[in-house]
Amino acid sequence: MAQTAITPQGKIYPPTNWKTWLGVAPFFIFAILFLFLPSLRLFTASFTDPEGNFTLNNIIQLFSEKYIVDAYKLSIQISAVTALGGGILGFLLAYSVTVGGLPKSLRSILITFSGVASNFAGVPLAFAFVATIGRQGFMTHILRDYFGMDIYEAGFNLYSFAGLSLVYMYFQFPLMVLIMAPALDGLKKEWREAAENLGASTAQYWLKVAMPVLLPSILGAMILLFGNAFGAYATAYALTGGRIGVVTIQIGAQIRGDVLYNPGLGYAMAIGMVVIMAISLAGYSWLQAKTERWLK
Amino acid sequence: MKFLYRLRNFPFWSWLWFIIGALYFILPLLATFEFSLSWDPAIPWKAYQRAFEDNDFWETFIYSNVLAVATIFFSVLLVVPTAYWIRLRLPQARRIVEFITLMPFVVPAIILVFGLIRIYSSPFTIPFTDIQLMQPLTNFKMGTNILIVAGYTVLAMPYMYRSVDTGMRTVDIATLTEAAQSLGASWYVIITKIILPNIRSALLSGALLTFAIVVGEVTLASFLGVDAFGPYLFLLGQHRAYEPAALSFVSFLLTWFAMGMIQMVTGGQGQAQGAH
Repeated sequence: MAQTAITPQGKIYPPTNWKTWLGVAPFFIFAILFLFLPSLRLFTASFTDPEGNFTLNNIIQLFSEKYIVDAYKLSIQISAVTALGGGILGFLLAYSVTVGGLPKSLRSILITFSGVASNFAGVPLAFAFVATIGRQGFMTHILRDYFGMDIYEAGFNLYSFAGLSLVYMYFQFPLMVLIMAPALDGLKKEWREAAENLGASTAQYWLKVAMPVLLPSILGAMILLFGNAFGAYATAYALTGGRIGVVTIQIGAQIRGDVLYNPGLGYAMAIGMVVIMAISLAGYSWLQAKTERWLK
Repeated sequence: MKFLYRLRNFPFWSWLWFIIGALYFILPLLATFEFSLSWDPAIPWKAYQRAFEDNDFWETFIYSNVLAVATIFFSVLLVVPTAYWIRLRLPQARRIVEFITLMPFVVPAIILVFGLIRIYSSPFTIPFTDIQLMQPLTNFKMGTNILIVAGYTVLAMPYMYRSVDTGMRTVDIATLTEAAQSLGASWYVIITKIILPNIRSALLSGALLTFAIVVGEVTLASFLGVDAFGPYLFLLGQHRAYEPAALSFVSFLLTWFAMGMIQMVTGGQGQAQGAH
């Protein structure tokens, strides 16, 4: 084992023995104790019946229990809507400060603000939106008094799908800005010049050159946004107190007390969520790797 | 002429998107601030006074800050030697360690706390026997403190690891280490006197992100029954109107402070998700 190892990728690694691996042992022990064991426990428990035998029933029931199917549907819808909405707005914002011709100073303001907003979530965010477009909110009053629009009269409700989406957007589009700004920076000036020299219009340049290069990055970022909304718990709980049954809320209810009357089903629900999150992270990494060929 | 040229090239759409984005950012904050001042027109700061008079506020807020400091300390202790060792001696471990640091994106806070509770609410026994080594961590205060700091360390890991690793990329770790070793420095001295000072801006940005995640975190704190600031603010919101608005605005300022500092020390970008 003491000789230099060459991996299939051709990288040359320094010689190692088991003692070298001891250096990273604390990290692995920590990860096993507080990340793998807890996840593994949920995983095995979701394949176990109340008597402790192996079963697939919990997983099968995930797809038949209306309460659970509805929760997943709602979570997927809300994540998709806010990923799309946040993605589009975030992209346009990133565009405006990178290649859109706005003054340079606005860019650093926007990036800092995005850093703050993508971290501003949970209870304070929920309260901020109640103060803004709650029934007695600041904007609710302004829209009613100055624009003659009574949004609550028109059927809007902050504690609904639309309301929760609006709140999620607050941390969704800034994340898009943070991911897309560097990608848009990667568009080379030469590509645009070359396109123009060949007689392409602005629209043609965007459709035929810029978009194909950016598309994997945009899709990847939107998938990340999807996962970001899918895993959100605190914001939804603080805003609705559990009245909107997204998956995280239902899992929370299951932890507090066995509302499904079958602990195994609760574990299966958690694992189902991990699977969706894993798929979205894998999709993001794959698309990100595709983009890096062009945008470096 | 020049004016007309400018007008033709005025980036109308860019400005429009920017203004829409700016309004989205600012309006909720403005509304919260306005609402927090509207309790008593005679004493505009009444909500802030009342909020800060509450002993529970100080207790939970200080407690959350202590948890944040403990998490930062523990994360640095765990991540810095690991990242250092991987750069210096064990590049083969890079992929697996990077993969592990990304795991918190796949296992969100609510799932993590679910698993932690299920594992650590039963007593520790010697495997295959009934001999108890320790009572369940969730049963005593120090135990829940350990659990929550461990949980926060997991949540902060992607950001801490990435910050530290990026910081180490910019300084030549191997040369620094060799130079220190040839002068007779011990590993402890190398890490504390050479490596840490050289990556201090990366450390600071990782620490501030961790701070932003931990102070105000609700999910882990409420399920583990820890009296932290997040659950306090949530409960306050159940039966009060103005104080929660005031404290929400204050926590926004805190996040702003943390992110502004990161911007200053790195000139780059800090971001976190998963704390929602």
